[in-house]
Amino acid sequence: MQAYAKQIHRCFRCGYCKFPSDFTDFNCPSYSRFRLETYSTGGRLWLIWAWLKKEIEWSEHFAEIVFSCATCRNCVEQCPMGFSDDIVDWIVSARSDMVEKGLALPHIRDFLNNISKHGNPWGTARSKRDAWAEGIRRYKPGDEYFLYVGCVGSYEERGQRMARSFAELLDAAEVSFGILGAEEDCDGNEAYMLGEMGLFQELAKKNVQKFKELEVKKVVTLSPHAYNSMKNKYPRFGDFEVFHYTQLLSEMIQQGKIELSELKAKVTYHDPCFLGRYNGIYDIPREILKSIPGIKLTEMERTKENSFCCGGGSGNFVTDLLGGSEENPSRIRVREAHETGAEILVVACPSCMMMLDDAVKDEGLEGELSVKGIAELVKESSK
Amino acid sequence: MIRIHKSLAEIVGEQYVSNRKEELYIYSQDPGMMEPHEPDYVVMPKTAEEVQKIVKLANEEKIPIVPVGGSLSLSGLIIPHRGGIALDLKRMDRVLEVNEKSRYVVLEAGVTTGKLKAYLERNHPSLRFSIPDAPPSATVVGNIVIHGQGRLTQQYGFNSGMVTGLEVVLPTGEVCKIGSCSVGPYWFSVAPLPYLAGLFLGWFGTTGIITKLGLSLYPRKKMRDIEMFLVEDPNLVPDVIHRVTHTEMTEDIFIGAQPYPPVFKDIIMIGICITGDSEEELEFKRRMIWDAVRTHIDSREGGFMMLTPDIKLPLLEMPTTGTTRFADVMKGGGFEYCGPIIPVEKFPEAFKRLLELSSKYGITYGMTGRVIGRSHCMMFAFGYPFNRADPDNIETTKKALHDSNVASLDIGGVPWKPEVPAQKMVMERMDKNTLELMKRIKKLLDPNGIMNPGNWEAE
Ligand SMILES: Cc1cc2nc3c(=O)[nH]c(=O)nc-3n(C[C@H](O)[C@H](O)[C@H](O)COP(=O)(O)OP(=O)(O)OC[C@H]3O[C@@H](n4cnc5c(N)ncnc54)[C@H](O)[C@@H]3O)c2cc1C
Ligand code: SF4
Ligand code: SF4
Repeated sequence: MQAYAKQIHRCFRCGYCKFPSDFTDFNCPSYSRFRLETYSTGGRLWLIWAWLKKEIEWSEHFAEIVFSCATCRNCVEQCPMGFSDDIVDWIVSARSDMVEKGLALPHIRDFLNNISKHGNPWGTARSKRDAWAEGIRRYKPGDEYFLYVGCVGSYEERGQRMARSFAELLDAAEVSFGILGAEEDCDGNEAYMLGEMGLFQELAKKNVQKFKELEVKKVVTLSPHAYNSMKNKYPRFGDFEVFHYTQLLSEMIQQGKIELSELKAKVTYHDPCFLGRYNGIYDIPREILKSIPGIKLTEMERTKENSFCCGGGSGNFVTDLLGGSEENPSRIRVREAHETGAEILVVACPSCMMMLDDAVKDEGLEGELSVKGIAELVKESSK
Repeated sequence: MIRIHKSLAEIVGEQYVSNRKEELYIYSQDPGMMEPHEPDYVVMPKTAEEVQKIVKLANEEKIPIVPVGGSLSLSGLIIPHRGGIALDLKRMDRVLEVNEKSRYVVLEAGVTTGKLKAYLERNHPSLRFSIPDAPPSATVVGNIVIHGQGRLTQQYGFNSGMVTGLEVVLPTGEVCKIGSCSVGPYWFSVAPLPYLAGLFLGWFGTTGIITKLGLSLYPRKKMRDIEMFLVEDPNLVPDVIHRVTHTEMTEDIFIGAQPYPPVFKDIIMIGICITGDSEEELEFKRRMIWDAVRTHIDSREGGFMMLTPDIKLPLLEMPTTGTTRFADVMKGGGFEYCGPIIPVEKFPEAFKRLLELSSKYGITYGMTGRVIGRSHCMMFAFGYPFNRADPDNIETTKKALHDSNVASLDIGGVPWKPEVPAQKMVMERMDKNTLELMKRIKKLLDPNGIMNPGNWEAE
């Protein structure tokens, strides 16, 4: 029996994990979307245990419930019990059991197969990975930073915008860096979260091998998802360091490598789960925003440890298990951002960018609220 | 079945009705120990009009309906013993009105205690309600339906006594207002009219579905603090409570005892909370309380414990997570308690019975109590953690709970929010005419017996 099967009954189904710490609103994205107890953390854990005990059989609906968790870690943050740190691992372990038994949902399977075959979840050709990157330098041994762009940054137009802004800022500041271009592979964070451990290990091994060959000492990632997997899940080797791009950007600003001029705008900032709750980086992106003259940062009701996830984690930015309703977490989040009176919703994650930008359109808020990456704003201000 | 499903979907929308195995499984049980029973449908209405349509349909078709709040009463009060509709009310989650000057709030049935706390803190920081220590996902209405108690219960009595108005969907489908809101636009009080609120409080949803609630709010002072008085002899507890409540200086008074960690074994803790708008006010209250129990301090039978901030903070937390964490004591995911309301002077006997039962069944215990009113009575919880993954342990704990219910009645108490078997014990001892009155009321309001059947059902 897997370790989680011996522990999962410890959930009391008390529901603390539905909330942020001040209880303002429900904060589990899948519960907020569906409002049936089955989609809350406790409901999900009880169902998994029932499945393990054979009190319920696998069904497509059961798989939907298990895979619709965005692995946002709000529950880990809020559960008062001694096992709280393990909750997401239990859900991931159950997914892993399902994947092994061939019981993942068809679109989850497609998502994983595409990563395995094409190195990205959409199944777009590998050769197109660097179509956006004309003029961006390729990494060569001796460069200081290897810029890992990731799937959304490589293939998705809005992600590409974020990647380009950051690369251009690096260039302008004469930081020595390079990308891998079409050679780059998926980082595997979503494969891990979806429980496809074999695929994750294969990707991690391949990437680590590549970094070794290229004598990479410092990786800077565009996506917090990649930051998380590379920093926390990849096998350790050498004195290899991982940074999120906001960390580097902040350093560059502090060192005076980027000069910022006035940019008048009222903005609000959305904490990505894989940067915030997973890695405790809350202040750096805010410091960057505050350093831009003219920017007025107004916080949403739920921020930092209590931030409300856009619903994009665990591959949902493609599989969209939480979509199709006004209660789609990204739409709830966009409404919350709009309530602050901000004109710009600033993100630090390309997956959040996709989710929230779509949500702005669904909410009919184009023209009133736009979604921008931090590097895009810095770039605008550095002109 | 398909026809009913379709009708329900027409009322609330397809995505808020389910008869899928997974939902039926989860809504068949609560985190306590009662045997599960599945509903046929789970339905999540958004408005009182939707509730009304569902009730009319259920009454015509004679389908049971079980109102579901946070499902946290632990005594299986939301288990659909005869199937039918599990009506999860948590989508009805709007705080509709706060009247600052008359200090009341009007809210929908699904508003959680957590949400109301946050709402008041944000929008009306000078006001508070009597928050129970249940997890924040419990509903305010679920709490008053079971005569809950909260942080202001020592000052103002049972939370159900704080009701200022109700909107109820009767089992036959009529929407009915109770209290001043039935006469005019204000929800300030259920008096001076005949006390119809009593037809719905303590009935566990067997007489109708509350869709809106008016509830008294109270001044929120700027500061709170806690003093912890310790005694070893349970016989002293009623006197300590009597003396402290006499000061009329306290907010909440709760009592706790547990055999672990070993340093706390044989010690009974009496938590005395105070509030004030200034340090002077707090200091004055502290002095009054110390003076009140001085004789026990002088005789060395009791004393105040030094509380460092890291001990104080969790005790002052609202709701306190400590109570919930009791479920993880055995790493087994559960606890249940029999929490009778008893006369305060019966505390020593109740405590003796708890220790006897814990030793008889070889299980650990956690005793918690809360003073209700100025020592008018108290809730005394015979609490037992259990291991969900250990069937033998579950059986033993069930026996201990059964015996705790018997003990509660034997010492002159009344089980609070009793599970169905304990309800039967209560009804067996109840005055026959009282029971007959209950039956008549039930029959009159719910002629087809559709509302939460199995509960308060006399033979
Ligand atoms: C750790 C823990 C600590 C607790 N501490 C306290 C405490 O300090 N004080 C306290 O009072 N309780 C406490 N409780 C008990 C209980 O959780 C609370 O009283 C809680 O507020 C009950 O609300 P609920 O929404 O969970 O009710 P539920 O369990 O969902 O429902 C209770 C009953 O009310 C009925 N009902 C629900 N909504 C309606 C409606 N709209 N109309 C008609 N009937 C309805 C249900 O059918 C059921 O019979 C505690 C429980 C736990 C687990
Ligand atoms: S995961 Fe923790 S907080 Fe959530 S229901 Fe279970 S015990 Fe409660
Ligand atoms: S990780 Fe997020 S989505 Fe998943 S159960 Fe926890 S709070 Fe809900």
